Amino acid sequence: MSHNVYIYIFVAAIVSFVIRVLPLTLIRKPISNPFVRSFLYYVPYVTLAVMTFPAIMEATQWPIAGLAALIVSIIAAFRGAGLFPVAILSCLTVFVMEWIIAQI
Amino acid sequence: MNIKNLKEGLHDGFLIGLGYFAVAFSLGLVARKAGLSPIQGFLASFLNHASAGENGLYTSIATLATYAEVAIITLIANARYLLMSCSLSQRFDPQAPFFHRLLVGFGITDEFFGVSIARPGYLSTTHFYSCALLAIFMWSAGDFMGIWLGNLLPLSVVSALSVSLYGMFIAIIIPPSKKDKVVALAVAASFALSYLCTLTPCIKELSGGTRTIILTILIATVAAIVKPVKEEDLK
Repeated sequence: MSHNVYIYIFVAAIVSFVIRVLPLTLIRKPISNPFVRSFLYYVPYVTLAVMTFPAIMEATQWPIAGLAALIVSIIAAFRGAGLFPVAILSCLTVFVMEWIIAQI
Repeated sequence: MNIKNLKEGLHDGFLIGLGYFAVAFSLGLVARKAGLSPIQGFLASFLNHASAGENGLYTSIATLATYAEVAIITLIANARYLLMSCSLSQRFDPQAPFFHRLLVGFGITDEFFGVSIARPGYLSTTHFYSCALLAIFMWSAGDFMGIWLGNLLPLSVVSALSVSLYGMFIAIIIPPSKKDKVVALAVAASFALSYLCTLTPCIKELSGGTRTIILTILIATVAAIVKPVKEEDLK
Protein backbone atom coordinates (compact mmCIF):
# COMPACT_ATOMS: atom_id res chain seq x y z
CA MET A 1 0.00 0.00 0.00
CA SER A 2 1.42 3.33 -1.00
CA HIS A 3 1.36 6.27 1.39
CA ASN A 4 0.39 9.44 -0.35
CA VAL A 5 0.10 12.48 1.92
CA TYR A 6 -2.59 14.01 -0.28
CA ILE A 7 -4.77 10.89 -0.04
CA TYR A 8 -4.41 10.98 3.77
CA ILE A 9 -5.51 14.63 3.79
CA PHE A 10 -8.37 13.88 1.40
CA VAL A 11 -9.69 10.94 3.50
CA ALA A 12 -9.67 13.03 6.69
CA ALA A 13 -11.33 15.95 4.86
CA ILE A 14 -14.18 13.78 3.50
CA VAL A 15 -14.90 12.20 6.90
CA SER A 16 -14.85 15.61 8.63
CA PHE A 17 -17.18 17.06 6.00
CA VAL A 18 -19.75 14.25 6.22
CA ILE A 19 -19.87 14.38 10.04
CA ARG A 20 -20.41 18.13 10.02
CA VAL A 21 -22.95 18.31 7.21
CA LEU A 22 -25.11 15.21 7.75
CA PRO A 23 -27.31 16.37 10.67
CA LEU A 24 -27.70 19.88 9.22
CA THR A 25 -28.94 18.51 5.91
CA LEU A 26 -31.06 15.66 7.33
CA ILE A 27 -32.83 17.63 10.07
CA ARG A 28 -34.71 20.20 8.03
CA LYS A 29 -37.56 20.97 10.42
CA PRO A 30 -37.77 22.16 14.01
CA ILE A 31 -37.80 19.16 16.35
CA SER A 32 -41.02 19.01 18.38
CA ASN A 33 -40.11 16.29 20.89
CA PRO A 34 -39.73 18.14 24.25
CA PHE A 35 -36.96 15.84 25.48
CA VAL A 36 -34.84 16.22 22.35
CA ARG A 37 -35.42 19.99 22.36
CA SER A 38 -34.36 20.23 26.00
CA PHE A 39 -31.35 17.98 25.36
CA LEU A 40 -30.18 20.14 22.45
CA TYR A 41 -30.75 23.28 24.54
CA TYR A 42 -28.23 22.08 27.14
CA VAL A 43 -25.72 20.55 24.69
CA PRO A 44 -23.75 23.69 23.76
CA TYR A 45 -23.09 24.84 27.32
CA VAL A 46 -22.18 21.38 28.55
CA THR A 47 -19.90 20.71 25.56
CA LEU A 48 -18.04 24.00 25.93
CA ALA A 49 -17.67 23.50 29.69
CA VAL A 50 -16.34 19.95 29.28
CA MET A 51 -13.84 21.11 26.67
CA THR A 52 -12.65 24.04 28.78
CA PHE A 53 -11.78 22.28 32.00
CA PRO A 54 -9.31 20.79 32.73
CA ALA A 55 -7.94 21.36 29.17
CA ILE A 56 -7.17 25.02 30.00
CA MET A 57 -4.65 23.79 32.60
CA GLU A 58 -2.98 21.52 30.03
CA ALA A 59 -2.67 24.27 27.40
CA THR A 60 -0.23 26.33 29.45
CA GLN A 61 3.34 25.55 30.52
CA TRP A 62 2.23 25.64 34.15
CA PRO A 63 -1.22 24.26 35.11
CA ILE A 64 -1.62 26.94 37.79
CA ALA A 65 -1.44 29.66 35.10
CA GLY A 66 -4.31 28.00 33.21
CA LEU A 67 -6.33 27.69 36.41
CA ALA A 68 -5.76 31.39 37.16
CA ALA A 69 -6.90 32.27 33.62
CA LEU A 70 -10.07 30.22 34.17
CA ILE A 71 -10.89 31.98 37.44
CA VAL A 72 -10.18 35.46 36.02
CA SER A 73 -12.33 34.65 32.95
CA ILE A 74 -15.27 33.46 35.05
CA ILE A 75 -15.16 36.59 37.24
CA ALA A 76 -14.88 38.91 34.22
CA ALA A 77 -17.70 37.16 32.33
CA PHE A 78 -19.86 37.15 35.46
CA ARG A 79 -19.43 40.92 35.67
CA GLY A 80 -20.64 41.27 32.09
CA ALA A 81 -17.40 41.40 30.04
CA GLY A 82 -17.79 40.26 26.40
CA LEU A 83 -15.91 37.68 24.35
CA PHE A 84 -12.96 39.85 23.39
CA PRO A 85 -12.15 41.36 26.84
CA VAL A 86 -12.46 37.96 28.50
CA ALA A 87 -10.18 36.30 25.91
CA ILE A 88 -7.55 39.04 26.24
CA LEU A 89 -7.72 38.92 30.04
CA SER A 90 -7.20 35.16 30.03
CA CYS A 91 -4.10 35.52 27.79
CA LEU A 92 -2.67 38.30 29.96
CA THR A 93 -3.27 36.27 33.10
CA VAL A 94 -1.24 33.37 31.71
CA PHE A 95 1.51 35.64 30.42
CA VAL A 96 1.88 37.42 33.79
CA MET A 97 1.56 34.24 35.86
CA GLU A 98 4.21 32.43 33.84
CA TRP A 99 6.48 35.46 33.97
CA ILE A 100 6.17 35.50 37.77
CA ILE A 101 6.81 31.74 37.98
CA ALA A 102 9.90 32.17 35.82
CA GLN A 103 11.27 34.77 38.28
CA ILE A 104 10.91 32.50 41.30
CA MET B 1 -26.20 40.87 3.38
CA ASN B 2 -26.15 42.72 6.63
CA ILE B 3 -23.24 45.07 7.41
CA LYS B 4 -23.68 44.71 11.18
CA ASN B 5 -23.50 40.91 10.95
CA LEU B 6 -20.50 41.16 8.62
CA LYS B 7 -18.63 43.45 11.02
CA GLU B 8 -19.43 41.32 14.04
CA GLY B 9 -18.46 38.21 12.08
CA LEU B 10 -15.05 39.63 11.18
CA HIS B 11 -14.58 40.83 14.75
CA ASP B 12 -15.38 37.39 16.20
CA GLY B 13 -13.39 35.71 13.42
CA PHE B 14 -10.27 37.73 14.15
CA LEU B 15 -10.53 37.05 17.85
CA ILE B 16 -10.99 33.33 17.28
CA GLY B 17 -8.29 33.46 14.60
CA LEU B 18 -5.67 34.73 17.07
CA GLY B 19 -6.21 31.70 19.27
CA TYR B 20 -6.38 29.46 16.20
CA PHE B 21 -3.09 30.80 14.89
CA ALA B 22 -1.32 29.88 18.13
CA VAL B 23 -2.87 26.41 18.35
CA ALA B 24 -2.30 25.70 14.64
CA PHE B 25 1.29 26.89 14.97
CA SER B 26 1.97 24.24 17.59
CA LEU B 27 0.05 21.74 15.47
CA GLY B 28 2.40 22.69 12.64
CA LEU B 29 5.28 21.39 14.76
CA VAL B 30 3.58 17.96 14.78
CA ALA B 31 2.97 18.13 11.01
CA ARG B 32 6.61 19.13 10.49
CA LYS B 33 7.74 15.98 12.30
CA ALA B 34 5.38 13.92 10.12
CA GLY B 35 7.14 15.32 7.07
CA LEU B 36 4.41 17.56 5.63
CA SER B 37 5.32 20.58 3.54
CA PRO B 38 3.89 23.99 4.54
CA ILE B 39 1.50 23.86 1.56
CA GLN B 40 0.25 20.40 2.55
CA GLY B 41 -0.26 21.64 6.11
CA PHE B 42 -2.21 24.65 4.84
CA LEU B 43 -4.42 22.40 2.70
CA ALA B 44 -5.02 19.88 5.50
CA SER B 45 -5.88 22.69 7.90
CA PHE B 46 -8.20 24.48 5.50
CA LEU B 47 -10.13 21.28 4.74
CA ASN B 48 -10.24 19.82 8.27
CA HIS B 49 -9.93 22.80 10.64
CA ALA B 50 -10.13 20.60 13.74
CA SER B 51 -7.28 20.42 16.23
CA ALA B 52 -7.87 16.92 17.59
CA GLY B 53 -8.70 15.56 14.13
CA GLU B 54 -5.59 17.05 12.54
CA ASN B 55 -3.41 15.90 15.39
CA GLY B 56 -4.73 12.38 14.67
CA LEU B 57 -4.10 12.85 10.96
CA TYR B 58 -0.49 14.02 11.36
CA THR B 59 0.32 11.32 13.88
CA SER B 60 -1.15 8.73 11.50
CA ILE B 61 0.92 10.02 8.60
CA ALA B 62 4.03 9.89 10.80
CA THR B 63 3.37 6.23 11.67
CA LEU B 64 2.33 5.28 8.09
CA ALA B 65 -1.15 4.22 9.23
CA THR B 66 -3.66 2.83 6.72
CA TYR B 67 -6.21 5.15 5.10
CA ALA B 68 -9.00 3.28 6.92
CA GLU B 69 -7.32 4.04 10.26
CA VAL B 70 -7.19 7.72 9.37
CA ALA B 71 -10.90 7.65 8.55
CA ILE B 72 -11.75 6.05 11.92
CA ILE B 73 -9.50 8.38 13.92
CA THR B 74 -11.01 11.40 12.18
CA LEU B 75 -14.51 10.08 12.88
CA ILE B 76 -13.83 9.61 16.60
CA ALA B 77 -11.92 12.87 17.05
CA ASN B 78 -14.60 14.90 15.28
CA ALA B 79 -17.79 13.06 16.27
CA ARG B 80 -18.80 15.91 18.59
CA TYR B 81 -19.52 17.96 15.46
CA LEU B 82 -22.46 15.60 14.84
CA LEU B 83 -24.06 16.94 18.03
CA MET B 84 -23.23 20.55 17.20
CA SER B 85 -24.65 20.10 13.70
CA CYS B 86 -27.89 18.70 15.21
CA SER B 87 -28.04 21.67 17.56
CA LEU B 88 -27.40 24.19 14.75
CA SER B 89 -30.11 22.58 12.58
CA GLN B 90 -32.60 23.93 15.12
CA ARG B 91 -31.28 27.46 14.66
CA PHE B 92 -31.39 27.35 10.85
CA ASP B 93 -33.94 29.43 8.96
CA PRO B 94 -36.15 26.76 7.29
CA GLN B 95 -36.49 29.13 4.30
CA ALA B 96 -32.72 29.35 3.72
CA PRO B 97 -31.40 27.79 0.46
CA PHE B 98 -29.98 24.27 0.78
CA PHE B 99 -26.38 25.16 -0.12
CA HIS B 100 -26.14 27.22 3.07
CA ARG B 101 -26.52 23.99 5.05
CA LEU B 102 -23.57 22.47 3.18
CA LEU B 103 -21.35 25.53 3.61
CA VAL B 104 -22.22 26.21 7.25
CA GLY B 105 -21.84 22.49 7.95
CA PHE B 106 -18.39 22.45 6.36
CA GLY B 107 -17.36 25.35 8.59
CA ILE B 108 -18.48 24.01 11.98
CA THR B 109 -15.87 24.17 14.72
CA ASP B 110 -16.23 24.39 18.51
CA GLU B 111 -15.65 28.14 18.40
CA PHE B 112 -17.93 29.07 15.48
CA PHE B 113 -20.59 26.90 17.06
CA GLY B 114 -20.08 28.73 20.35
CA VAL B 115 -20.36 32.26 18.95
CA SER B 116 -23.30 31.31 16.71
CA ILE B 117 -25.26 29.75 19.57
CA ALA B 118 -24.64 32.86 21.70
CA ARG B 119 -26.44 35.04 19.10
CA PRO B 120 -30.22 35.40 19.26
CA GLY B 121 -32.65 34.15 16.60
CA TYR B 122 -31.91 32.29 13.39
CA LEU B 123 -28.27 31.72 12.49
CA SER B 124 -26.92 34.58 10.36
CA THR B 125 -25.04 33.09 7.40
CA THR B 126 -23.30 36.45 6.83
CA HIS B 127 -21.93 36.42 10.37
CA PHE B 128 -21.00 32.74 10.15
CA TYR B 129 -19.18 32.97 6.80
CA SER B 130 -17.21 36.12 7.63
CA CYS B 131 -16.22 34.73 11.02
CA ALA B 132 -15.36 31.24 9.72
CA LEU B 133 -13.50 32.31 6.59
CA LEU B 134 -11.19 34.72 8.42
CA ALA B 135 -10.52 32.36 11.33
CA ILE B 136 -10.00 29.27 9.13
CA PHE B 137 -7.53 31.27 7.05
CA MET B 138 -5.63 32.25 10.22
CA TRP B 139 -5.80 28.63 11.38
CA SER B 140 -4.33 27.38 8.09
CA ALA B 141 -1.70 30.15 8.11
CA GLY B 142 -0.73 29.14 11.65
CA ASP B 143 -0.18 25.55 10.54
CA PHE B 144 1.79 26.75 7.51
CA MET B 145 4.02 28.93 9.69
CA GLY B 146 4.48 26.21 12.30
CA ILE B 147 5.79 23.81 9.67
CA TRP B 148 7.87 26.51 8.01
CA LEU B 149 9.39 28.29 11.00
CA GLY B 150 9.40 25.56 13.61
CA ASN B 151 10.35 26.74 17.04
CA LEU B 152 10.85 30.49 16.48
CA LEU B 153 7.85 31.86 18.40
CA PRO B 154 8.69 32.15 22.13
CA LEU B 155 7.02 29.47 24.21
CA SER B 156 5.60 32.09 26.61
CA VAL B 157 3.65 33.71 23.75
CA VAL B 158 2.32 30.38 22.43
CA SER B 159 1.31 29.43 25.96
CA ALA B 160 -0.55 32.72 26.58
CA LEU B 161 -2.33 32.72 23.20
CA SER B 162 -3.46 29.13 23.57
CA VAL B 163 -5.90 29.96 26.40
CA SER B 164 -7.76 32.67 24.46
CA LEU B 165 -10.12 30.03 23.05
CA TYR B 166 -11.03 28.86 26.54
CA GLY B 167 -11.52 32.46 27.67
CA MET B 168 -14.10 32.81 24.92
CA PHE B 169 -15.85 29.60 25.89
CA ILE B 170 -16.18 30.99 29.42
CA ALA B 171 -17.60 34.26 28.09
CA ILE B 172 -20.21 32.19 26.21
CA ILE B 173 -21.31 29.87 29.03
CA ILE B 174 -21.32 32.28 32.00
CA PRO B 175 -24.14 34.70 30.95
CA PRO B 176 -26.77 31.92 30.48
CA SER B 177 -25.53 30.35 33.74
CA LYS B 178 -26.38 33.59 35.52
CA LYS B 179 -29.93 33.54 34.14
CA ASP B 180 -30.67 29.82 34.43
CA LYS B 181 -29.69 27.87 37.55
CA VAL B 182 -29.97 24.51 35.77
CA VAL B 183 -27.47 25.65 33.12
CA ALA B 184 -25.17 26.79 35.94
CA LEU B 185 -25.47 23.39 37.63
CA ALA B 186 -24.88 21.59 34.33
CA VAL B 187 -21.76 23.70 33.72
CA ALA B 188 -20.45 23.01 37.24
CA ALA B 189 -21.12 19.29 36.79
CA SER B 190 -19.33 19.40 33.41
CA PHE B 191 -16.22 20.96 34.97
CA ALA B 192 -16.21 18.47 37.85
CA LEU B 193 -16.89 15.31 35.81
CA SER B 194 -14.49 16.33 33.05
CA TYR B 195 -11.75 16.80 35.64
CA LEU B 196 -12.64 13.53 37.34
CA CYS B 197 -12.37 11.71 34.00
CA THR B 198 -8.75 12.81 33.59
CA LEU B 199 -7.91 11.31 37.00
CA THR B 200 -9.79 8.01 36.71
CA PRO B 201 -7.74 5.01 35.51
CA CYS B 202 -8.80 3.63 32.08
CA ILE B 203 -11.20 6.53 31.44
CA LYS B 204 -8.30 8.96 31.33
CA GLU B 205 -6.89 7.03 28.36
CA LEU B 206 -9.85 8.18 26.24
CA SER B 207 -9.16 11.01 23.81
CA GLY B 208 -10.44 14.48 24.63
CA GLY B 209 -12.98 14.25 21.80
CA THR B 210 -14.46 10.96 23.03
CA ARG B 211 -14.63 12.26 26.60
CA THR B 212 -16.46 15.34 25.35
CA ILE B 213 -19.09 13.25 23.54
CA ILE B 214 -19.73 10.86 26.44
CA LEU B 215 -19.99 13.61 29.07
CA THR B 216 -22.08 15.88 26.85
CA ILE B 217 -24.65 13.15 26.18
CA LEU B 218 -24.69 12.11 29.85
CA ILE B 219 -25.00 15.56 31.43
CA ALA B 220 -27.36 17.06 28.81
CA THR B 221 -29.64 13.99 29.14
CA VAL B 222 -29.79 14.31 32.92
CA ALA B 223 -30.46 18.06 32.66
CA ALA B 224 -33.19 17.51 30.05
CA ILE B 225 -34.89 14.92 32.30
CA VAL B 226 -34.57 16.95 35.51
CA LYS B 227 -35.64 20.24 33.98
CA PRO B 228 -37.30 20.02 30.54
CA VAL B 229 -37.12 23.39 28.85
CA LYS B 230 -40.37 25.32 28.34
CA GLU B 231 -41.12 26.66 24.89
CA GLU B 232 -40.58 30.30 25.85
CA ASP B 233 -37.06 29.57 27.15
CA LEU B 234 -35.96 28.41 23.72
CA LYS B 235 -36.68 31.70 22.01
